[in-house]
Amino acid sequence: MPQKQYGAATVDVDDEGFLTDLSQWTREVAAAIAKEEGIAELTPAHWKVLEFMQKEFKENGTAPSIRKLNKSGVVSTKELYDLFPGGPAKKAAKIAGLKKPEGCV
Amino acid sequence: MEDKIKKVSIVVSKGGLDGVYPGLIMANGARMDGIEANLFFTFFGLDAIITKRMGKIKIATVGNPGMHMPSLIGILPGMSAMATSMMLKTMDKLDIPPIPEFIEMVYDAGCKLYACKATVDMFKLKKEDFCPQVDSIINVGKFYEVSAGGEIIFT
Repeated sequence: MPQKQYGAATVDVDDEGFLTDLSQWTREVAAAIAKEEGIAELTPAHWKVLEFMQKEFKENGTAPSIRKLNKSGVVSTKELYDLFPGGPAKKAAKIAGLKKPEGCV
Repeated sequence: MEDKIKKVSIVVSKGGLDGVYPGLIMANGARMDGIEANLFFTFFGLDAIITKRMGKIKIATVGNPGMHMPSLIGILPGMSAMATSMMLKTMDKLDIPPIPEFIEMVYDAGCKLYACKATVDMFKLKKEDFCPQVDSIINVGKFYEVSAGGEIIFT
């Protein structure tokens, strides 16, 4: 299984760089993945989304859809696209240390 | 590796749930992957962006072989409404929103929505008949202009 080095941490990832084990995730790892994805700094607005996604993932085994994020009141669809430009659901899941979302919407 | 698709323009030409959803899912999916997207609604596809109609779009139970339902049963009163309601419930569980919410979602995702001028003239519609997410009413020439540099998909 491929591994990636982020600072002091080594994490197991899939072929596309998504973490395969959430327990290896740290906030430092998140910040490093964010940089790779073109997000220079994770703001409190980013963290709110990431934390909600992790909570949902732990409860349901999958990352929440954009619709669920919008309906939960955590982040509107527009804000989500602004926070994670160029592919919000996948980018946010990657930074949050979750599996790649499989759904079509 | 092949170049990634950067832009798509999707024509929605058919009414009914099965006519409208594929285009919406494809446009939304494009935005989810950072692909620029336009939606161009024409002919009965326009129902999806007409404020008074967008929430009432049904699935046809007559003349629709995909439903695997004998036409004699399909014509029974309420059959289309029932099939529609069942389908919408299933889709809701999969987080596929009803059409009005879907239009809002795809618009918030940055997709541009256009209405076809020829159809608007034919059905004697006005800009006020459309939901606020619609950018403008454009003719075919303008559609090709906004689609420049991308793929065009007809549904």
